[in-house]
Amino acid sequence: MKMDSLPSPLQSGEMTRIETTPNAVGSGAGSKPAPVATVRNICKRFPGVVANDDISLDFNAGEIHVLLGENGAGKSTLIGILAGMQQPDSGDILIDGVRVRLGSPRESLDHGIGTVFQHVLLVPSLTVIENLMLGGSWWQKLARSAALARFRELSDLLGVKLDPDALVGKLSLGEQQQVEIMRALWRGEKILILDEPTSMLTPQGVRDLGDVMRRLRAKGVALILITHKLAEAYELGDRISVLRLGRVVGAILPDERQQMTEQQVTDRVIAMMFGATMPTDAADAELLLGRAEGRRARRLVDRSGAPRLRATQLSTAAERGACPLHDVSFDLWPGEVLGIAGIDGNGQKHLAETLAGQRKAASGTIMLDGHDITAAGVPARRRAGIRYVTDERLGEGTVGTFSVATNLLLKEIGNEPFWRRGMTDWTRIHDHAREKIEHHDIRTPSEKTPIGKLSGGNIQKVLLARELANDAGVVIFNKPTYGLDLQNTRLAHERIVESARHGLGTIVISTDLDELLEVSDRIGVMYQGRLVGIVENGPEVELEIGKLMTGQTLAAGTGS
Amino acid sequence: MSELLTQPFLISLLFGAVTAGVPLLLAGLGEQISEKAGVLNIGIEGMMLFGAYTGFVAAYYSGSFWMGFLAGGLGGMVVASVVVLLCIRQGLNQIVIGIALTIGAEGLTALLHFFQFSKTYPRLDKAPVLEIPGLASIPVVGPALFSHNIIVYLAVGLVVFLAWLFRASYVGLNLEAAGAKPAALDAAGISVVATRSAAVLSTGFLAGLGGAYLANVGAGLFVPFMTHGAGFIGIVLAMLARGNPVWVLLGAVLFGVSLAMTTALQVAGVNVPTDVVHMLPFAMVMLVLVIFARHSVLPPALGLPYVRGDR
Amino acid sequence: MSVDALPLTPDRTREHIAAVARVAVPILLALAVGGAILLILGKNPFTYYGYVVQRGLLSWGGLQETMTRMAPLLLIAAGLIVAFRAGIWNLGGDGQYLLAAVVTAALAPALIDTLPRGLTLIICMVTSIAVAAAWSLIPALLKARYGINEIITSLMMSFLGTSFANVLVKLFFRDPATTVPQTRSLEVVDRLPRIFGTNVHSGILIALAVVILVHLMMTRTAFGLRLQIVGANPAAAVHAGLKVGWLTVATFALSAGLIGLAGSVEILGVWGTVRADWNPAYGLLVVPLVFLARFNGIAVIGFALFFSVLMIGGESASRRIGVPQDFVLMLVGLLLVFLALVEYLDHLRRKRAGV
Repeated sequence: MKMDSLPSPLQSGEMTRIETTPNAVGSGAGSKPAPVATVRNICKRFPGVVANDDISLDFNAGEIHVLLGENGAGKSTLIGILAGMQQPDSGDILIDGVRVRLGSPRESLDHGIGTVFQHVLLVPSLTVIENLMLGGSWWQKLARSAALARFRELSDLLGVKLDPDALVGKLSLGEQQQVEIMRALWRGEKILILDEPTSMLTPQGVRDLGDVMRRLRAKGVALILITHKLAEAYELGDRISVLRLGRVVGAILPDERQQMTEQQVTDRVIAMMFGATMPTDAADAELLLGRAEGRRARRLVDRSGAPRLRATQLSTAAERGACPLHDVSFDLWPGEVLGIAGIDGNGQKHLAETLAGQRKAASGTIMLDGHDITAAGVPARRRAGIRYVTDERLGEGTVGTFSVATNLLLKEIGNEPFWRRGMTDWTRIHDHAREKIEHHDIRTPSEKTPIGKLSGGNIQKVLLARELANDAGVVIFNKPTYGLDLQNTRLAHERIVESARHGLGTIVISTDLDELLEVSDRIGVMYQGRLVGIVENGPEVELEIGKLMTGQTLAAGTGS
Repeated sequence: MSELLTQPFLISLLFGAVTAGVPLLLAGLGEQISEKAGVLNIGIEGMMLFGAYTGFVAAYYSGSFWMGFLAGGLGGMVVASVVVLLCIRQGLNQIVIGIALTIGAEGLTALLHFFQFSKTYPRLDKAPVLEIPGLASIPVVGPALFSHNIIVYLAVGLVVFLAWLFRASYVGLNLEAAGAKPAALDAAGISVVATRSAAVLSTGFLAGLGGAYLANVGAGLFVPFMTHGAGFIGIVLAMLARGNPVWVLLGAVLFGVSLAMTTALQVAGVNVPTDVVHMLPFAMVMLVLVIFARHSVLPPALGLPYVRGDR
Repeated sequence: MSVDALPLTPDRTREHIAAVARVAVPILLALAVGGAILLILGKNPFTYYGYVVQRGLLSWGGLQETMTRMAPLLLIAAGLIVAFRAGIWNLGGDGQYLLAAVVTAALAPALIDTLPRGLTLIICMVTSIAVAAAWSLIPALLKARYGINEIITSLMMSFLGTSFANVLVKLFFRDPATTVPQTRSLEVVDRLPRIFGTNVHSGILIALAVVILVHLMMTRTAFGLRLQIVGANPAAAVHAGLKVGWLTVATFALSAGLIGLAGSVEILGVWGTVRADWNPAYGLLVVPLVFLARFNGIAVIGFALFFSVLMIGGESASRRIGVPQDFVLMLVGLLLVFLALVEYLDHLRRKRAGV
């Protein structure tokens, strides 16, 4: 797809911008009903960033309003403001035409604004009904039967079946999200905000969520859906507003939306998102669409020789909060990219850690180029060429308060030539860092800057520089583009493809199926700690992967 | 060994166990509330000590044990309010402040005691005893367990109350959420800061009450440094009890017995250095920890200040 | 974070002033509030502080005592720095200190009859280090193996150790010749040598050397860096393949060993014996000192001097104006609170400045 073939993108962007000016409230006086909620001229600044710059939007009953934009566009800040978690520097919020102050989550809830956040905000050690009752004041009596009645009411409304006495920690992510939706609607179903609700779900889960949303729309709930995926916006949105760098840069109104095809919506939105600065190449736009599949010419992986990495019946011990592995076996050939798909929390973390050597396998073996490395720790495996680019960049990948220089050598501590007989050579370490910073284009004030002060993209560059250095043989990427902007996402993808081209065995773990479809040669699917299948990447594999992700194939297989 | 199991020995042992165990019970229950809400309250030792001092002073000057207990609880709350201001509201390190409060309370109470009582060392009268009708006349068990100050029964009642509170009230849900997933509580519209503050103040009250009991009922006078690690034992009890007040009670009884052993043995004419006996409860804690190491569970957000939007 | 995380800010003078203020303000606040309390109690705080400085710093005898007191404070501080830098709260200092002291007091008089003085002193110190390190093993292993909070366990071991030290003095190493239970005494001539005819024993030199060595270890060795990674981000330590369990145990043992050395040096240099129920309770007291110095091995020397002056001068001043010595305890508590507060305000200032 070429951008210049779009039907006058700039013009349509300009036109729609006019539609979203503040006096949209007044226009509701005619045939259209007044909006349930309106934000007017909202501004919010953080040190060095304008997160929301004069944002004005309407939210109507019985309408799904999609807020679209990439990371850093200001969506989350706006949601934080509506949810009462943050206060705007200036601007007004109107509920049913009345100006309100949302000084705390409580006030938002009292105004009927319920929010389902991107991260699960439930107490795992409490039951479903207890989580829903959470928020009562201390002088009140615990109203369990009333809560159960409301629970049944909402279950019917949403069309879901949940055990009210199940511990939330034992529910699947999809079920937890249903509980979150219930909680958001608990004190009245007026406005429901969903922040990137599909990122944790299976394709089936996404469909179910869509059903729930349509039901709620039919009941007259005003829904606000935050997403960065265009396909979702088209699928579910009645009204689409596009945010970019903290501003509303355009909108598609319900009347227009009904008369447009998916292609037209897509083109319009892309035009809005990039405005005057069109994407440097079409790839960016395709990434955004989440349908870049098939873009990359498939290389043929030579699987006739010996595999570089062979995992045989790997299992790990269960540990609080993480799904262990059960009998995971696979081969990885040189020059191959093996994608690992699956809903978050199905053993991917353990798989990565076990391969990297930072978690002990309870049973099974790992062979690298024919050598058994099951017993080797991280340093030995690193020397042997196994590298792990973790998804927890600040959580475990780096030490935030330590310098970029130290973090670049975090896995080489004590090794020559930077350390001699245990003594540190800081000059050499800093020289090495400057070289890497230059070579990998890491944007940092200095090599001595604490790495925690860098942006996510630059931290990722440090990790890539560290892990891809010297004789890498197998690289494991865990959610390599999580939280990155388009440019850094593309960079990470390039790195993955490039490393495979150089003959490295590459494993990419991701919950973003589109990403895996773009970079992988084969895609394995994890379900409840098992590798339930590996499929050759190609057109129309999503359906099969989707089934595998929910364990359907497994159930059918064991049943027959 | 059989001559040890005489009536006076048993009565002395059990009675002493209750007397020694009650401050631990109160401290343990108090700490449990804090820990449930996600606050590691290391300063509880200071709260107890300060409560012991204020409790003694109030009882001494007013002549009323009730005033003493009330003042003890309030004294503990005063120290706890520093934790609230600095750690809960400002997010300062709970351990540093806890140590500071313990050291500071030791110094302050010793200082005040020096100026007020170091020449006279006044004692209170024997604390009033509530004999439970009927039960108190049972041999051995009656005088040992059912002839105590009313605080003892209240403390045991508190165990039941807290067990109910934790399980079946909004307070219990809110405390659990504040410790396990503060962001969830915040999103539900309840202030994490307020919940934790209330928890810490309750801890302060109970710890202060325990201190006042120690001074007014247990000893009858205030001595500098008199808590001698009771607050820290409370922390351990809370840690091992996994959020269940009944386990705190059992632990407190166990510790009470080992502390009461000295006096009981002396009654029985056996002379063991007090140091050996002082070691017993701590040795037992360590033993329990080593044996049940896997089972001690603390809330995930323990000791971490809550900052909204800081996940 | 030593050399590694030196902030590279353009405005260095301002940062220097801020660094001094971070330390000076809490001290001044603590002294001021302490003074106010003295005032309420009807004592003149200026007289008190005057006596403190006069005795602790300006008189020759007092200064020698101050120098002598610095030795255990410095060694304990070195022990705590090692632990705190590795993110380990070793609050078991008192037990480790006392047990080491008792072991030294039991060994030294027994060995001195057969062995030369130098060897005796060295054996005593090494054994004490080993005993204190061993005493830290249970909390260390519980933390390393099961992740059990070492604050609680090390405190428990401290109470246990304090009582156990007394049991040792009273039941096993008691000198039958004395009425008050205490160990046999090491003759003054057999103790650590004095420095140039003063009353200051050479323990201070050992302490200074140890503190500087610890500082170098932290800033210039792979081991020190590994410890600090474990302290700053344990997950990153696992990710980098560091042996976190082993490092935890090693840190605990090193920390306790240094605190044990403090106890040993104090007996070999000053007392020669341990009396029953003797407990200077330095363990928690040194915590604020180490925080004041921001875990920096060099800065700690200055603060140890400050604390020594406060303690030695405080003992004398307390006697002279009739205040209990525990007043110093309260000052230390206040200091710690204000220290945390100022640190927090500074953190806010930096955040607002967007550094």
